[in-house]
Amino acid sequence: MSLLGSLVQMISVTSVGIATIPKRLGASAVVVAGIAGVVGVLVGLLAMGEGFEKTLHQTGADDRVIVLQAGVLSEAGSTLTRDAPAIVSQAPQIRKNDRGQPIVSSEVLVAATLRKKSTGLEANIAVRGLGERAWELRPQATITAGRKFQPGLQELVVGQDAHRQFSGTDIGATMILNGQSWTVVGLFDSGDAHNSEIWADTDVLASAFRRGSGKNSLVAQLNDAAAVDAFKAQLASDPRLKVDAQTTRQYYSRQSARVATLTRVFGITIAAIMALGAIFGALNTMYSAVAARTREIATLRAIGFRSVPVIMSVLIETMLLALGGGLLGASVAWALFDGFYASTQGSGGQVMFAFDVSPELLLKGVSVALAMGLAGGLPPAIRAARMPIATGLREL
Amino acid sequence: MKYLHLIWASLFRRRMRTILMLLSITIAFLLYGPLETVRSTFASFGQSVAGHDRLLTMSKLRPGAPVLPQSLYSRIQEVPGVANVDFSYYFGGTYQDPKNAIPLETHTDTFFDLYPELAVTPGGREAFQRTRTGVMVGVGLAAKYGWEVGDKIPVETSVTRKDGSNVWTFDVVGIYEFTEAGMKVWNSIVYVNGEGFDAARASDSGKVGWFAVKVADGYPVDNVAHAIDALSANSDHETKTQSENAFSAGWIGQIGDFGVMVTSIMSAVFFTLLLLTGHTIAQTVQERIPEFGVLKTLGFSGGAVLGLVLAECVLLLLLGSTLGLSLATLAVAFASSLPAGALPFPLQPLGGAVWLRGLTVAILIAMAVGALPALRGLRLRIVDALAGG
Repeated sequence: MSLLGSLVQMISVTSVGIATIPKRLGASAVVVAGIAGVVGVLVGLLAMGEGFEKTLHQTGADDRVIVLQAGVLSEAGSTLTRDAPAIVSQAPQIRKNDRGQPIVSSEVLVAATLRKKSTGLEANIAVRGLGERAWELRPQATITAGRKFQPGLQELVVGQDAHRQFSGTDIGATMILNGQSWTVVGLFDSGDAHNSEIWADTDVLASAFRRGSGKNSLVAQLNDAAAVDAFKAQLASDPRLKVDAQTTRQYYSRQSARVATLTRVFGITIAAIMALGAIFGALNTMYSAVAARTREIATLRAIGFRSVPVIMSVLIETMLLALGGGLLGASVAWALFDGFYASTQGSGGQVMFAFDVSPELLLKGVSVALAMGLAGGLPPAIRAARMPIATGLREL
Repeated sequence: MKYLHLIWASLFRRRMRTILMLLSITIAFLLYGPLETVRSTFASFGQSVAGHDRLLTMSKLRPGAPVLPQSLYSRIQEVPGVANVDFSYYFGGTYQDPKNAIPLETHTDTFFDLYPELAVTPGGREAFQRTRTGVMVGVGLAAKYGWEVGDKIPVETSVTRKDGSNVWTFDVVGIYEFTEAGMKVWNSIVYVNGEGFDAARASDSGKVGWFAVKVADGYPVDNVAHAIDALSANSDHETKTQSENAFSAGWIGQIGDFGVMVTSIMSAVFFTLLLLTGHTIAQTVQERIPEFGVLKTLGFSGGAVLGLVLAECVLLLLLGSTLGLSLATLAVAFASSLPAGALPFPLQPLGGAVWLRGLTVAILIAMAVGALPALRGLRLRIVDALAGG
């Protein structure tokens, strides 16, 4: 028989199968819901890890570098000597603004304790002291309400995620940091992990926390990403400096690596085990579906339909149900989790991030659903095709 | 019990179908076990009965960091309502291999008065006070590295000794164990004789990470905590004092809201399972309606048929959940045996409480999925049933 003949057979058997789905609505719905559950859990958990990774990844840039004390991995643990920022700022690779000043910011990172709105419990929040050109350094950060803090005053601007999460951060509120009162004068949105921070003037903050003139880090905007190596070499060759430089992209991505890997391993493990359970359920349903159609399939084969179209028809039916389940699970996960906010402990304080249900993730969920459909549909399909015709015809 | 054979026979009437259902259920409980363990590990993290009136005083800005002066010790002792004070310094070390990270804490002699619930090997307490290089090791670490009382253990640490070396050789003088479920997370620490350690370190001696304070009976805990914090108000080392239980809850809460996350995953798992199993059971009952007719003809009452169907569901779920929880127990034991650092936090072993909750859930699910089909069996008229429903 020709390939076309097989195709025609397959289409006609499949259409009979699909046309009878409404009669087996309960069983089919169960397969769809079971697969949807697996896909929902998988997409939800992966969206958490990806959201966290994305938030931190966006915080950095390839042409923005962070300079820390040599050998220290985190900003909070790093101390730059008094003269280091001035020396580093003279590096020729650093971009200058219109007035010819290098675009750098020497920063202080301290922690404050505030009460969370959700739980009422106290948690740490990162307070960052910014140099005067920090706003040119991070053009993505904009004031959404109120105004910027004035250099020299004990004023704060609060990131919008920090504002969402912590009470007592409204404009006009007074905050006690290290025994001194500070006023919240504005809210900002930077679209990245800085949204979980509070910003203030670096010198005022350093003196309030008795840091003297020592800073934690220096962040600098380079001319372009290609200048990074030359900049590093410049710092390494200067005997006055004991510092390490890396791009902010590297710095923030490294921070997210552990949590992102952890959620990925956790999510995939749980979804894989759950998928196995759902495949057993799908197998059961499809075996019953085949059993119910035993006589019909035997008749088809008796009048000349061949095994392959029969196998394909059962498979296509299962795959269609799986596709439905995958789409359902992915849409539910998208509706529930996309943009859903969670927080975890970062290096300086709590970091808020939004779950990110990306199109790639949805695609991944649907492919997992189709794989489950294949695993759950193939054995019943083969059984249907291999049944002796005479036995099948005698079935009730 | 005399119907057990009948129930068993009808359960495995369609062997393939029942085995698939059983596997589905097993997997649900294989997930339930570890997830419930994670949830309860978090919920009870560091919680103990004695932890209500045991206070921890830490740096307000950098909790746990060794930035408090030891001079605070005598001032805290004088605060009214303070019965006992211990102070501690936390540092990290490795044993034999850089991968074998070990947490160490220095403690004073009074530590064991503050933690009366701590089970210690006989004579360990006195030996810890006497031996300046003495350490008390947690039962978890002792089991992992085969340490016994009398062993000398070299630990490479971040703290330099006066002789310039970073390797500290400690004498194991005792093994301790917290037995309360929530406190078991602390069973893998090395307690170091604080006085001996402080005298032997090259720099930074006299710095304290936290003070543990036992409040005397009859004194309000909050007032004592305020009085302690008032000692360092407006200094460069402001403190925050709270009960040990409050500290533990806040600390674990900062990592994330695991309770909500794990509960949502478990709900999704059980919803899926309930649906798959429930549907298959309903289908099985439907196919067997003529059989029920025969049973009723033989004189079985409607209630008896209902009981048989329900018993079948319960048996199925109990079989599946026992299998799943057994596998889960093995899985959790395996995860706990991984080298430290592989897990983000120490996991409690999957204990009797999780088993009990798991089996209860199994029986409830059995009742839920069996109820509708069983009711059908109850209401069945013999004539209709024999005719095929």
